[in-house]
Amino acid sequence: MSDVPQIQDDQVDMEDVEIRLLLEAIFHIYGYDFRSYSKASIRRRVMHRLNLSGLPSIMEMIDRVMKDRQFFVSLLNDLTVNVTEMYRDPMFYRRFREEVVPLLKTFPFIKIWHAGCSTGEEIYSMAILLEEEGLYERAMIYATDIDKNVLAAAKKGIYSISSIRQYGENYLQAGGKASLSDYYTCKYDGVIIDQRLRRNILFADHDLATDQVFGEMNVIVCRNVLIYFDRDLQRRVFQLFRDSLDLGGVLCLGTKESLNFSGIADEFEPVDAQMKIFRRKQVVL
Amino acid sequence: MSAGEVRAVVMGASWGGVEASIKVLSELKVPFPVPLFLAQHQRYESESRLARVLSSRTELKVVAPEDKEQIEPGVIYVSPPGFHMLIDRGGFIALSCHWPVHYSRPSIDELFFSAGHVYGAGVLAVLLTGANEDGAAGIRYIHQRGGTTVAQAPATAEAPTMPEAAIRTGCVDYILPLQEIGQFLREQVTSRQKR
Repeated sequence: MSDVPQIQDDQVDMEDVEIRLLLEAIFHIYGYDFRSYSKASIRRRVMHRLNLSGLPSIMEMIDRVMKDRQFFVSLLNDLTVNVTEMYRDPMFYRRFREEVVPLLKTFPFIKIWHAGCSTGEEIYSMAILLEEEGLYERAMIYATDIDKNVLAAAKKGIYSISSIRQYGENYLQAGGKASLSDYYTCKYDGVIIDQRLRRNILFADHDLATDQVFGEMNVIVCRNVLIYFDRDLQRRVFQLFRDSLDLGGVLCLGTKESLNFSGIADEFEPVDAQMKIFRRKQVVL
Repeated sequence: MSAGEVRAVVMGASWGGVEASIKVLSELKVPFPVPLFLAQHQRYESESRLARVLSSRTELKVVAPEDKEQIEPGVIYVSPPGFHMLIDRGGFIALSCHWPVHYSRPSIDELFFSAGHVYGAGVLAVLLTGANEDGAAGIRYIHQRGGTTVAQAPATAEAPTMPEAAIRTGCVDYILPLQEIGQFLREQVTSRQKR
């Protein structure tokens, strides 16, 4: 299925204006701030929802969003992009195990902030990894997302049978020491993650676009979230991460995300340049 | 069809597309005055092997871009596997992991829609070989926006379904055999520059 934009030449800039109005309406009514998200990316997802909805125009969509919370929730789900999997980019987890875990072993207590945790697959991936490395007892994972609905799903930790096979392969490629099936139980047509893994995870809603610094972290994981922001918002969030991270702390980004335009590149050194693992320098000159 | 300035070339390819892209890109010459964006269907992996392969076969610089990379003329941008590649206003690339389109991420339609929106009549779109219908809706949109559209002649395509679907929209300006597309691009981007 594809979303064919049904628009004529001279309407195009009008459409940009309409999308801005839509985002304003969402912000003022529901408090979610998408106004500094990448225009191209937001546009594609709004057009997608417009086509599914059968509404004739974005103006009509604004009207609907303002009156119909349920419609807003479906749009929110498009705007936030909850694409994730366990051990997404297995090589990232492998490198984390090899390069970051030895460092973490020198810490008495480990605070990890996973920003944009979505439905939790990558949170449990990290919890399992720390468990296998004997670090989980002294770790605390702060799992945040803008969307309360996905946080509720993340807490449950129930995933579909159809995806778990791929997760099992990812887990092995990521350097898993046992079998992923040791960490979940099959239940009806899904699997439920071992509830013991939740013992050191704190779930909270947090909006990177508007909320503040999040404690003194040793590790911040924020993968494939910043790509949806425009450059200005990216810069804000990078400063937020810098200010939330201890000296010597580790910042993990998505494989196609970069510190190049962050304004904080000088304060970090690469741990693994390809897998986008960086470390905040101990001394800033 | 437009005779105005070409500001960007977008190209989509699927089944058989690596060979076809190599054929086209190997005929481009420096200086190439505009950026070229290529969406090639491929399975997900962390690194972009395709960019490396293409790099050894063309004079132009080939990049698998990172998010918010600044767009430069004369550079070939190859969609990284697992991401849609979009064009943002202000001359940046915006990557996205949103849902696959036509079972594909990268999707050709997603690239074409965003390029058509930003560059309008300044887009020259090329659809090569493929076994699905990705790209046809994007071709139609670029045509509506006044851009120029090219489909690989189905008889010269390893998989004709994709160019055929585009041709059926009635929005294709040129149907060209594979071996002529590279030279066509060279002529179009140089003859249709602002002086």
